[in-house]
Amino acid sequence: MNLILALLIILIIAALMVVFSSRLLLAAISLAVTSIMVTLLMFKLNSPIAAVFELSICAGLITVIFITTISFVKPVEQEDLVETRKKRIKKYVALPVILVIVGVVTKFVIKPMTLSLPAVIQETNVANVLWNLRQVDLLGQAIILLVGVFGIVVLFKEGQK
Amino acid sequence: MSATNVEILNIFIPFIILLLIIGFYYILATRNLVRILLGVEIITKAALLSIIVVGYVTNNIPLAQSLAVIMIIIEVFVVAVAAGIIIQIYKRTGSIDARNIRNLRG
Repeated sequence: MNLILALLIILIIAALMVVFSSRLLLAAISLAVTSIMVTLLMFKLNSPIAAVFELSICAGLITVIFITTISFVKPVEQEDLVETRKKRIKKYVALPVILVIVGVVTKFVIKPMTLSLPAVIQETNVANVLWNLRQVDLLGQAIILLVGVFGIVVLFKEGQK
Repeated sequence: MSATNVEILNIFIPFIILLLIIGFYYILATRNLVRILLGVEIITKAALLSIIVVGYVTNNIPLAQSLAVIMIIIEVFVVAVAAGIIIQIYKRTGSIDARNIRNLRG
């Protein structure tokens, strides 16, 4: 239980680092740390398959996509960086206050849940669930993959002159 | 639900809410398109974590895992297409400021 709590606290700190870091590259790497924390929590919650997907795709592939995108755009000058940092602090100063208030409210004011849910029909094999029970989801996923591929092809196609 | 499961749910819920607030605040406060995408990612993490936690609490882990896998794959394509759009916007306008793409033509 303590390990889960520690992982959740690191998760929130990493998410705050994404917000407060003035460099985009640092923000992208902090997002990867957030993904790693989510992965460890998934392992703790007996979900190894989702955890492996999260680690390889969210912490790996998405970070690569972000770093590639950041490398395409112009880097911020050193003089601008100091000014941007000041503006950022002013812009995000309300966030920690909101987080503390919401944290206190959710922890102490809202009563802990005691609801009991009905037992569900058990299917222990993830592959069976994915291929037999969630076929419509897979169809939607295949359509989204196609749309994504076409979208990327259209976006990176050189314009005709 | 056993007592331990309820305890785990009560531990996770405040942190998931905090993660959602961080993501929403980030999207609302920033004008940088890459940062908006990072905010969307933070919100997705909160949603993903809540799916897995509810699956664990209701003893329905395989269903939660299959939903999480589908969500992760869709997330990659959303990020890839959004990154492509951001690069195209940068090529056309020379910046990644969201205010520069307000004037729609057509």
